[in-house]
Amino acid sequence: MKNLAAALAFALAGGAALAAPPASVGDPKAGQAVYERCLACHALEYDRTGPRHCGLFGRRAGSVPGFAYSDAMKRSRIVWDEKTLNMFMANPLKTVPGTSMGYAGIPDKAERKALIAYLKQAGRSPACR
Amino acid sequence: MSFLISLDDVAQGNRRSFLSKSGLLLSGAAVALLAGEDALAAKGAKEGEEDIRILNTALGAELEAIAAYQVGAESGLLKKPVLDLAVTFQGHHKEHADILAKTIAKLGGKAVTAKEKYTFPTEKLKSQEDVLRFAAGLEKGAVSAYLGAVPLFGNRDLAKAAASILGDEAMHWAVLRNALGEAPVPAAFMS
Repeated sequence: MKNLAAALAFALAGGAALAAPPASVGDPKAGQAVYERCLACHALEYDRTGPRHCGLFGRRAGSVPGFAYSDAMKRSRIVWDEKTLNMFMANPLKTVPGTSMGYAGIPDKAERKALIAYLKQAGRSPACR
Repeated sequence: MSFLISLDDVAQGNRRSFLSKSGLLLSGAAVALLAGEDALAAKGAKEGEEDIRILNTALGAELEAIAAYQVGAESGLLKKPVLDLAVTFQGHHKEHADILAKTIAKLGGKAVTAKEKYTFPTEKLKSQEDVLRFAAGLEKGAVSAYLGAVPLFGNRDLAKAAASILGDEAMHWAVLRNALGEAPVPAAFMS
């Protein structure tokens, strides 16, 4: 009973947020699990509701040929790297107001770092060559 | 670069000011629409550009899901009763897309339409299990996408409607996992 009470207290104190899979900092495998959240809209190799992620690093935002970006993204002058991805994923709508990516973001810094590590690794994989 | 904003600013967000500018005027309108009271919904049709963008992104994903289930249904890889399940879930996505498109229109936006062609990894779909696993991945992603959209709506009624769709996507995911012989609900929380 005491354990149950402690567990409930933990949950009420923010355990729900902490219950997300613990991501090793910069661990691509943990990042792959985080990437599953993106799969309603994104894929590595091809455009979907969101643009493809192969070739992401070093690419200017809004520049995948044929993809219908928001004007805000096309005007953002972002070049995707670790720093800009980290900032965008923390809060997409705050970073690029008017973006079509209606997603609250990934508040956990370690999860963002893991996701970036995965995207970097995936970008070098055969799927992206 | 113009987009550069400190992470402190990002963390603090500007949701309060956004709420004051956009969604509150529409409060009740979307629910009226979702309940079929179109005339009432039309009253608040000029506000909420951000909400319309979020709805349109969701609509785009729903339209793609409809197409994905069509590919699965026509693949010849799905056998009954799994085929019936896929068609049922596709029907749900059609209902989601329909209500999203109508809501966007009533809010004064232009709903996206289905693409002429979608790209799916069909070369990797060789068995019923492959199709189920692909669909499960899309459904899980949909849960996360709606989870990430719900807190953004200025109009809380739209958030409620999106949460309702989220629940449906989560059930799809669980049933697909079950069909794959996996634990249908592998964790207490989604992210």
